[in-house]
Amino acid sequence: MIKRLSVSLILASLGLIFVALLLGYSPDEELNVTGRYYAEHTAEDIGAANIVTAIIVTYRGLDTLGEVTVLFLTASIVGLVLARQSKNTPTIQAEPAGELLNIGSRLLVPLILILGAYVFINGHLTPGGGFQGGAIIASATLLMLLTDPMRRFSHRLIAIIESIAGLFFVTIGLLGIFLAGGFLDNRFMPIGEFGSLFSAGAIPIIYSLIGLKVGAEFSSMLVSLSEAEDS
Amino acid sequence: MNTLLFAMSILLSLAMIGAAFVAIRVKRISMAILAAGLVSLLASVLFLFLAAPDVAMTEAAIGSGLTTFLFFFVLARIRGEKRD
Repeated sequence: MIKRLSVSLILASLGLIFVALLLGYSPDEELNVTGRYYAEHTAEDIGAANIVTAIIVTYRGLDTLGEVTVLFLTASIVGLVLARQSKNTPTIQAEPAGELLNIGSRLLVPLILILGAYVFINGHLTPGGGFQGGAIIASATLLMLLTDPMRRFSHRLIAIIESIAGLFFVTIGLLGIFLAGGFLDNRFMPIGEFGSLFSAGAIPIIYSLIGLKVGAEFSSMLVSLSEAEDS
Repeated sequence: MNTLLFAMSILLSLAMIGAAFVAIRVKRISMAILAAGLVSLLASVLFLFLAAPDVAMTEAAIGSGLTTFLFFFVLARIRGEKRD
């Protein structure tokens, strides 16, 4: 009884806070100083059609490096914790997946992989980018695991893709220091024609590397989870 | 934001609250997982209305895609172990 009462009290006060926030909200008529700077300078300075990508990869590139590092740490810890349990051989025999899932996944997995690659290669032109594309690629891995839970993926391959992507990401960032304005500056490569695929300097390369890295990290987490047999 | 978009956003928000309620109260776990995925899917449509396509994509890919699949995957594993 007292538990119910306290829960509803917390919910009510939370609702009150939201209502107060909503009543005090008035949309801005124009962009603030930072927003206006990005909106006006992105097209000529960075050459990316998608301003969000320009901010994520170039203006705030260091934050993105930090995010990718956090994700890498998470994937490593998941692998470390679950690796101990995966030594004993699997005893449960999972039921075979249905016909629909088998055929459907054979059809869908390549398409999902292509969509993921498309999303991160076109990150500087269309909405989306490395993180979204990586998640889409990982969902293809998950679909394969759903179809056949006993399927084994090569940890070595995933680790190699992940490390190479991370290494090149930092190398390109360092190249920016020596050849252009600073760490992760994209302008050491030609900016190119605004709106075409090969434009915006190094952004497509950096975002593709981020996409591969994020996809490999998510996939390694999923694979570790699936290999953690009866604990 | 014009009136139509506003009305649709209100509808979406109500549907989200409804789906979240279903996710908590329903007895069957698979139903609850689907309802939780629906909350994310509606949220991503709402983000699209608010002119944030990048966030909408992240929400659709991770919130409604990856998490829902992961829940089903873990559910299948738990059921498989129970049978032994």
